[in-house]
Amino acid sequence: MKRDIFQAIADPTRRAILTLLIAQAMTPNAIADNFTSSRQAVSKHLKVMTDCGVLKRQQTTGREVYYHINPQKMKEIDLWMERFRKLWDDKFNQLDDVLKNL
Amino acid sequence: MANKAIFKKDPDNRKLWVTREFDAPIEKVWKAWTESEILDKWWAPKPWKAETKEMNFTEGGIWLYSMLGLEGERHWSRVDIKTVVPGQSFSSTSKFSDENGVPVDSMPGMGWFVQFFPTATGTKVEVELSFATEASMNTMMQMGFEGGFTMGLNNLEELLASE
Repeated sequence: MKRDIFQAIADPTRRAILTLLIAQAMTPNAIADNFTSSRQAVSKHLKVMTDCGVLKRQQTTGREVYYHINPQKMKEIDLWMERFRKLWDDKFNQLDDVLKNL
Repeated sequence: MANKAIFKKDPDNRKLWVTREFDAPIEKVWKAWTESEILDKWWAPKPWKAETKEMNFTEGGIWLYSMLGLEGERHWSRVDIKTVVPGQSFSSTSKFSDENGVPVDSMPGMGWFVQFFPTATGTKVEVELSFATEASMNTMMQMGFEGGFTMGLNNLEELLASE
């Protein structure tokens, strides 16, 4: 199944992970330390979010893995809100015209 | 000059809010949101057209309408009116349906709570949209997002307007 960015924000834990990673890139263990859920559960979230493209995985020379946010993908979420706005703006502008003639 | 709509989202509670002011008295704005002859004139964004088949705007009543596209494609929706406080607020749920109002089960529904407030220059309308599941909010987001700009808008429109 194709994953998209909205799966990345469809879960409270994933949104919390995004919030953490806005500040800095982190290792899976450091991320998991912030949650009561198991490391496996957190690592599954990280995998989904990487598949969605909102996270990027980077291995350092010391073989440590760091996750960081892919800002390009985060932009897509804003784009969606833009369309939602445009749609309602159009509708409401039509309503303005209708109200003038009521 | 057009009034600006304000949007807020709360993914944790699966809610979206849209607030907008109109330069018309509350009685008129209320009519525009609750009478099908007027709804048909503005509910669908161009080039779509809304056509009401049945409207009974009372608690327990339904609004059955379709969205008609340029190519003659038609999408039916059924809105169930839950509560009505005339001139102040109403709540409803909306779903895709067939032309007889039988819901299409695979599509997620959406809850509406619409409030009307008098202002110095007219009326403020607050729309609260709630989604049953994160999946259904997501579906709406995806439909709005994928498939190119126009189609996305149309799909999103269907979902927003009809669910």
